[in-house]
Amino acid sequence: MGKPSTEAYFTEILLCKNELNDTLNNLCRWMKDEHVDKNLVTQLDSAFIRKDPYGVVLIIAPWNYPIHLFLVPLIGAIAAGNCVIIKPSEITKNTEKLVAETLTCYLDSDCFAVVTAGVEETTKLLENKFDYIFFTGSPTVGRIIMEAAAKHLTPVTLELGGKNPCYVSDTCDVQNVARRVAWGRFFNAGQTCLAPDYLLCSLEMQEKLMPALRAAIVEFFGSNPKESPDFGRIVGDKQFRRIQALLRSGRVAIGGQTDEKERYIAPTVLADVLPSDPAMQEEVFGPILPIVVVANMDEAIDFINARPRPLAIYAFSCDCKVVNQVLERTSSGGFCGNDTLMHVTLSSLPFGGIGNSGLGKYHGKFTFDTFTHQRGCLHRNMGLETLNSVRYPPYTPQKQGLMTATLEIKRKGMCTLL
Amino acid sequence: MERMQRVVGQARAAFRSGRCRSLEFRLQQLKGLERMVREREQEILAAIHADLHKSGPNAFNHEILGLLGELALAMDKLKSWAAPQPVKKNLLTLRDEAYICPEPLGVVLIIGAWNYPFVLVMQPLVGAIAAGNAVVVKPSEISENTARLVADLLPQYLDPELYPVVTGGVPETTELLKERFDHILYTGNSTVGKIVMAAAAKHLTPVTLELGGKSPCYIDKDCDLTVACRRITWGKYMNCGQTCIAPDYILCDPSIQSKVVENIKATLRQLWGGRWQRVPLGAACVCDLVGVACMWLKGRGSVMGHVLLSCSHHLLPLFASAPTILTDVSPESKVMEEEIFGPVLPILTVKSVDEAIEFINCREKPLALYVFSNNKKLIRRVISETSSGGVTGNDVIMHFFLSTLPFGGVGNSGMGAYHGKHSFDTFSHRRACLIKDLKMESTNKLRYPPGSQKKVDLAKFFLLKRFNKSRAGVVIFAVLISVLLGIATAVVAKNHQAVLKSKALLLVLAVQSLGGRRLW
Repeated sequence: MGKPSTEAYFTEILLCKNELNDTLNNLCRWMKDEHVDKNLVTQLDSAFIRKDPYGVVLIIAPWNYPIHLFLVPLIGAIAAGNCVIIKPSEITKNTEKLVAETLTCYLDSDCFAVVTAGVEETTKLLENKFDYIFFTGSPTVGRIIMEAAAKHLTPVTLELGGKNPCYVSDTCDVQNVARRVAWGRFFNAGQTCLAPDYLLCSLEMQEKLMPALRAAIVEFFGSNPKESPDFGRIVGDKQFRRIQALLRSGRVAIGGQTDEKERYIAPTVLADVLPSDPAMQEEVFGPILPIVVVANMDEAIDFINARPRPLAIYAFSCDCKVVNQVLERTSSGGFCGNDTLMHVTLSSLPFGGIGNSGLGKYHGKFTFDTFTHQRGCLHRNMGLETLNSVRYPPYTPQKQGLMTATLEIKRKGMCTLL
Repeated sequence: MERMQRVVGQARAAFRSGRCRSLEFRLQQLKGLERMVREREQEILAAIHADLHKSGPNAFNHEILGLLGELALAMDKLKSWAAPQPVKKNLLTLRDEAYICPEPLGVVLIIGAWNYPFVLVMQPLVGAIAAGNAVVVKPSEISENTARLVADLLPQYLDPELYPVVTGGVPETTELLKERFDHILYTGNSTVGKIVMAAAAKHLTPVTLELGGKSPCYIDKDCDLTVACRRITWGKYMNCGQTCIAPDYILCDPSIQSKVVENIKATLRQLWGGRWQRVPLGAACVCDLVGVACMWLKGRGSVMGHVLLSCSHHLLPLFASAPTILTDVSPESKVMEEEIFGPVLPILTVKSVDEAIEFINCREKPLALYVFSNNKKLIRRVISETSSGGVTGNDVIMHFFLSTLPFGGVGNSGMGAYHGKHSFDTFSHRRACLIKDLKMESTNKLRYPPGSQKKVDLAKFFLLKRFNKSRAGVVIFAVLISVLLGIATAVVAKNHQAVLKSKALLLVLAVQSLGGRRLW
């Protein structure tokens, strides 16, 4: 993919190490039986949630962060005590080969296997019964995975995508906004599920942002990004052609150059994009930032809410009320105010989608929880049988009275159940 | 069908209006539900009686009491459940706000079952309302009296647009499942569970499936059989065996089988005596059980069961509804093929707990697992070496009634969980929120291109949690104490200079005199 080494190190090594450290530091605590509050009837019993592994887990990874997106779920799956089958993406052939060859040198080869497979073989693989399936990829394939899982009643986590809107209000530090948005958009040549997919702002802000975005791009990649070692390439010819077709939207205000041989698309900003333009019909997943002009924040919120719920929403404003309004009046997997992508670096925040952008979540303890069956356990006393006589038939008015009186539902302070 | 589209569309529009999001609104609706349950209790019990022939006290205990508890808990805790939860931050985000915000999912579908027709729609409904969703309620058409009552009562006490009731059978449910929902909670069997999940997959709708299975019950030789069998009998035969977490079959040593049978028979006489109510079973159940009974009595196939008890009824059509125990049942028998869901209790013998564990593990993961023993280690071992939705040790059913325990299945017995706060969590989306400052841009330069080794090293420092937290904590604590002591000392010194000077002089003179004595 021509991924810049800093980006690769940051996302595929550093963030994974972070997850590993977090898990290793906390696993003992996460694994322990979680004792729960008891009601009156169970006061003398032991009540706890046991963290059981599911069994055999399947992890299907995509090509855009080919190590991170199988390794982070794998960490949680192992931590939760499962056996795992990993299916790396067949599109990133070099990484796929590396994973297949090296993983089993470091892990138990009976418990952890790598399957290399294309579409047909993956379809066959999905006919088998798994105890959990973790999939990262597109909503279309997500549906296929879930339908296959339904045949075996296999629970799933689907980390999908969507068009992540980025609202920029009129009151903001334009240069800082431009830098943060440009960084998030052009990271990995735009091939990030969390990238700000399109910008919503006023006409006035669009004009202010252009020179700022241009300056940010030059600051990051120099005057000719094609020569910058810090700017990536599109993963394949099919993807390149798809993204190239999106350039026929609005007008190219910055960039727009392409080189099919190198699968290079310059960091591009499209201005005055219309909702009906090609760039607004699908997730961009490339280094193109369309700007759609809206009159104000309310129109931006309506625009966002009229569309499928995205993986992330971004809002930039010096006025925290504006940021909070966007947060409260919209719905998305995650939200980051005044920056892009950064909420994913905090493993104490759950990472996942909603609606079309996915179901389930992971990172940090959430990964452990994802691959754990939380089993409610009540270990009772064999004695004190007289206390149980209240629940046995035949039901007398006295028994009923006692039951109701003892278990009278109190609103505050005590909640008593049977 | 247009009716389904209209109902769901209306619920979605009502949800989008935003009125069910405020805590006040949710509490108001929950209070309305509570009022409904209290004011219309007799009608609810009458409907349940008409459907399942369940007595008033029985129906109250199973379907009303627990529900009132859920309502009270939700109303009490809603504010804390719905509050944003701040999370631990790393060095990079120290100055930012980072929290998880629980949000409603949208329009939720609850499909109930006929065996506990009221509570199995109402209890999830409590959680769904508490989480701020609109809810389409689809009670089971088999328990038609309760379904009709729910459809009649709910609009009188709750917002009718936000919480519509849809009645109907298979065709109506199939049409309903074509609509897009934001979560579906289904209670029923695995076959239909698969259909529900497949329909949900088309819209990427998350599901909670409360299914069933054969819940095993292992009785160890070392246990109080009288108590164990009383508890098992109660749990097995309540609601005529039509409970998803009823002990489906018993595993025990051959040496105690006859004692187990005697104890269960004795308990049956004590609890129900001649008053066993012939609860009308769902038509499918009656046919299956009658079919099974025929095979047993005529000795067909590979079934090797012995009919031991059928109260005083020997007529086949009634057989299926009378409490029955089967002994020396073979694992290959028909009664071991599927969930019984009736008042038939097979006993299979195993020579050891190892054999019992292996037996259980060869089969689909059940919704519940029961183990009776005085030996706590044995109970812990059975729990550790098996898997199930939930467990009760030394009793049956009871884990269902503790709302702090998540109630749900695993594998073939289901996915997801609810009860208490787990319901609220099931019907909420936990949205990750990070709010940064637009200033402090210099700290961001670390991540912007062009890349460099220095930036990588700095990133390592800020992101990797390498330091030993407890040691760091001790060091920080020591530093803090030293600083505080230093400040305290300085303050004291400043205030009491004269006194300290004189004391210091005395100390010096004392040391000198001591030193002098030693020298001499």
